[in-house]
Amino acid sequence: MSFIHNQFDKSFLTTTVDYVFNWARESSLWPLTFGLACCAIEMITASTSRFDIARFGAEVFRPSPRQSDLMIVAGTVTLKMGPVLKRIYDQMPEPKWVISMGACSSVGGPFNTYAVLQGVDKIVPVDVYITGCPPRPENLFYGLMKLQDKIDRMTTIVRRPTEVRLEEEMLEQFKRKVMVAQTPHPA
Amino acid sequence: MLPDAFRDNSSAAALENWDPSAIVGGKRTFNETTLEIAPGKILAVCGYLKRDLQFARLSSITAVDWYPAEPRFEIVYHLHSLARSERLRLKCRLPEAAPEIDSVTGVWQGANWYEREVFDLFGVRFREHPDQRRIMMPDDWEGHPLRKDYPTHGFKYSYKDE
Repeated sequence: MSFIHNQFDKSFLTTTVDYVFNWARESSLWPLTFGLACCAIEMITASTSRFDIARFGAEVFRPSPRQSDLMIVAGTVTLKMGPVLKRIYDQMPEPKWVISMGACSSVGGPFNTYAVLQGVDKIVPVDVYITGCPPRPENLFYGLMKLQDKIDRMTTIVRRPTEVRLEEEMLEQFKRKVMVAQTPHPA
Repeated sequence: MLPDAFRDNSSAAALENWDPSAIVGGKRTFNETTLEIAPGKILAVCGYLKRDLQFARLSSITAVDWYPAEPRFEIVYHLHSLARSERLRLKCRLPEAAPEIDSVTGVWQGANWYEREVFDLFGVRFREHPDQRRIMMPDDWEGHPLRKDYPTHGFKYSYKDE
């Protein structure tokens, strides 16, 4: 076994390219400023010096969807806001991810009414759901780290990484857990 | 007819003096004056209050649905006189069938969006309104959500099967 044996393997394998790409992507997520309600206050707090979302490389909140790769949907999505949210999501360049922050954007929260969308996953694919009403910044960081784990498992061959979804059953269990004041439909 | 409790209120007395049939009732609670106005006279009354009694500012217009009581809708106007630091509340009761009242956008331009909001959420129409469209709900929405007989989940969009 010579000195040169196995020395260059890592430089040529596609897995190495994946590793570098994933590392770059997960380490500098640029979130889109999408605060809709009180969850936005916690999202803003997460970027302050006390909690410091910069520690996870995601401090560059962008006002433009063209410059972002992570949409943190923070707050209640009304039916009137729904098409706007979808449009902004479509304007983001690939690869892109979505975090549904809090009970409202995950399942509608306490607002089971005519005006509120019951879960943002009805219009855009969601990668990470975060519980809480609103979630504390630590909770957001946990969700962010879960997303980083998810990006770690990506490959460059998968064209739409956001289609890597949770198991349906897991999702249903989560939704049952975070439903705050859901009442059965009267009709 | 002006209730006796308002005899010492200069604004109410002046209005009564100007048109004896305009005021149909009123009350005074928590040091706030509320006058009930005949719906057909609201435009003339508002014009008089702004022009002669210096109620230059319209604070808000809103509505109350007293379903199933009749007359069902109550339109509420909050007026503010900056010159005399005085506030006044006007109310008009409208029937359930085709609720309609004169727009006061001719008196205060700012009434435009308040009246659109009342139209959108309660279905009360404002005659001579320059831009009678929905303001809160999507343009293709059916129904008026703040009516008491509007179901919480709406008519069209339902989560029943989800």
